[in-house]
Amino acid sequence: MVKFNRFVLDNGLRVLVHEDHTTPMAVLNILYDVGARDEDPDKTGFAHLFEHLMFGGSVNIPQYDAPLQRVGGENNAFTSNDITNYYITLPAANIETAFWLESDRMLSLAFSEKSLEVQRNVVIEEFKQRYLNQPYGDVWLKLRPLVYQKHPYRWATIGKEIKHIEDARIADVKAFFKKHYNPQNAIVVIGGDISLEKAKELTEKWFGPIPAGEKYQRSLPREPKQSGERRETVTGIVPLNDLYIAFHMPGRLENGYYEIDLISDILSRGNSSRLHRTLVKDKQLFSEIHAYNMGSFDPGMFVVEGKPLENVSIETAENAIWEELEKLKNELVPENELTKVKNKTESTMVFSEMSLLDKAMNLAQFELFGDADLLNREIEKYNEVSSANIQFQAQQVFRKENSSTLVYLAEQG
Amino acid sequence: MTPDRKTAPEFRDIENISLVRPERIQLDNGCKIFTFNSGDQDLVRIEWLFKNLRFNPAKPLLNVAVNTMLTEGTTRLSASQIADQVDFYGAFLQVDYGYDHSQVVLYTLTKHLSKTLLVLKELISDSVFPEKEIETFVRNQQQKLQVSLQKNDVLARRTFNKAIYGETIYGLGANFEDYKTLQRQDMIEHFRQMYQPANCTIIAAGKVDQSTLDQIVLHFGHEWTNYSVAADTSQPVLKPSTERVYLVEKPGALQSAIRMGLPLINRKHPDFPSFQVLNTILGGYFGSRLMANIREDKGYTYGIGSGLSSLDKGAAFFIASEVGADVCRAAVAEIEKEIVLLKTELVPESELSLVRNYMLGSLLGSLENIFSHADKFKNIYFAGLDYDYYERYTDAVKNITAEEILRLAQKYLDTEKFYRVIVGKY
Repeated sequence: MVKFNRFVLDNGLRVLVHEDHTTPMAVLNILYDVGARDEDPDKTGFAHLFEHLMFGGSVNIPQYDAPLQRVGGENNAFTSNDITNYYITLPAANIETAFWLESDRMLSLAFSEKSLEVQRNVVIEEFKQRYLNQPYGDVWLKLRPLVYQKHPYRWATIGKEIKHIEDARIADVKAFFKKHYNPQNAIVVIGGDISLEKAKELTEKWFGPIPAGEKYQRSLPREPKQSGERRETVTGIVPLNDLYIAFHMPGRLENGYYEIDLISDILSRGNSSRLHRTLVKDKQLFSEIHAYNMGSFDPGMFVVEGKPLENVSIETAENAIWEELEKLKNELVPENELTKVKNKTESTMVFSEMSLLDKAMNLAQFELFGDADLLNREIEKYNEVSSANIQFQAQQVFRKENSSTLVYLAEQG
Repeated sequence: MTPDRKTAPEFRDIENISLVRPERIQLDNGCKIFTFNSGDQDLVRIEWLFKNLRFNPAKPLLNVAVNTMLTEGTTRLSASQIADQVDFYGAFLQVDYGYDHSQVVLYTLTKHLSKTLLVLKELISDSVFPEKEIETFVRNQQQKLQVSLQKNDVLARRTFNKAIYGETIYGLGANFEDYKTLQRQDMIEHFRQMYQPANCTIIAAGKVDQSTLDQIVLHFGHEWTNYSVAADTSQPVLKPSTERVYLVEKPGALQSAIRMGLPLINRKHPDFPSFQVLNTILGGYFGSRLMANIREDKGYTYGIGSGLSSLDKGAAFFIASEVGADVCRAAVAEIEKEIVLLKTELVPESELSLVRNYMLGSLLGSLENIFSHADKFKNIYFAGLDYDYYERYTDAVKNITAEEILRLAQKYLDTEKFYRVIVGKY
């Protein structure tokens, strides 16, 4: 149970305060309601590039990192297809520094040409390091556009191609800031050794004077219902074949999400999971195999990914995966197996409460879903799922005409 | 009310950092238990740590394979029964092989402790390494190895460690053939010698009340007996290579992995805390000189850092990065430049005070929960140090002078003696 208080400033900024006096630290987490899905198809990778630029100095403060380090603080950020999230942890006695830094960059950035030039290079190196210079690193650049044809989930957070990053100009940066970075599009969570009164006072002082800006109205193309099986085979200089089967699934707030999330646990969480037990251990077809969902806000992707052993054909491997999926469609999950994955979910939630930062990030995300208290009802939602619900969702999702298969073949280099 | 946005708010220096110290219990069978009790949440983390046995170059994988396969079967339980029981109670079971120790870790809600402990007791005292599971393990590890060996950073780390530590447990980079040396009988013998009470330290953190403790003592006390042969935890002497430069060419590489450094002092050495300050300035945090120059000014890399890995029998200082293949030489030159600077010019006071506060804040922030306090204990306990290490550490961070940093840089950062590994293009 994560307790919190909520208030909203006149400029529309939503603020949550989670007091935790067992730690001498405090955290300031800001979620901006913008991700790679909000990008122009010709300027992909921009939300993430922009996140880098948020550290290049703001209108009144030339350097972001140094003043924070000087008071014993640390910070970082991440961008996903859905959101961009920034966080600071620091000794609670110095929390005002976090308010000063975060409010100034919400007010306005410095928009430095030098920062843009350097961060373009840094992000291009990140692109190479994570997506191009790694075995299988480009899988997501290929799988996403196979699964999505209309919705902007068809490109990865890093962007479709390096050229989009090279082409970014300061005018784009300014326009993006104006559109997305204002109080109405942000959620602030303050946590740790700080009182509600103090948090209110500091929020009013530093964030209160920032102009409300315009509320961004999201209107994204809905991905049309997939009508036929899709398949692509690529080759790369990798040591082993790799097989991906992806399915469209409900979004984070849609009916069926919890069922599918539990299915990923049944299939792939822990050594007792079905895919590991059946396909790695018993039938000895794969060296490793995983199933997961991306937790996307809009209708998402459920992926089964495995590396078949060298003597196993792709066809055999694929059939074996389908056999497991068919079992979920044709048979009810036994009660004790369902209890098992629910227990795991419960303990994961309890253990995540050991981390102040995790609590703050979770509150921000659920507030974006409409109410931070949904976080405290998660366990309940999972517990309500029955074996019949799971079977029903499996039948909806695991259909050939809802699948995209990517076969990554090893080409000896 | 318009706040003054040009001036940083007042801040306070970090004064008191208090560490939770454990209760200690010594069992008759030689097993030591340390407990960190904090009743905030109804959960517990229990770690069983064992010193690795002496490295045998002819059978180099025994330490890692025995540890990894502890979950694969006991006299009474099959691998799948172990997995079922752990997973059913929502617990997390991890086996972690380390350079000095290997461990088994259990995370569980206390309401399920009695059930999950039973399984742990089985696998720690009675693992049997079934032949079929060994075959599966070897085959899957060999496949995973092929993937790792295509990663430039992995190759750079393996090459560097081999050069610095030689044919020892620290220098080991498993190859395909090594897996063929694994024999069930060797594994069983290794297991019996290593995983016995006299070679075990248990560290429990979380809600460790009397009932939790009683359960641990019940299963790992007199019911658990020592083997007839004592654990040989001595290790061969480290022998750094005489060859210092390694270039592994990868024709199509978009990036090159750089790893350079040299054998250095470990945590037991009096200079260790002060050297941490020097390391932080050079490459130990986001605002470090390497990051500021090579990432934030030149844009050559997504990340660069330096570190000091402290092991029981040795230590290494290293700088590591992956940089654009076309700027690899330039990046290496900039790294050299930053080291020369530290050896020739005093660190400005403003930078030093920033680093002091950053390091103290980081130490404070690393004490997030009771598990972190247990981790701090492990750092000193296994190095044979006491809590005054942390006093010396905070003392060094608060009081070290720029002159002392210069002296340390001159003494330790001898680039003539650096081992240099480049994987990719140079």
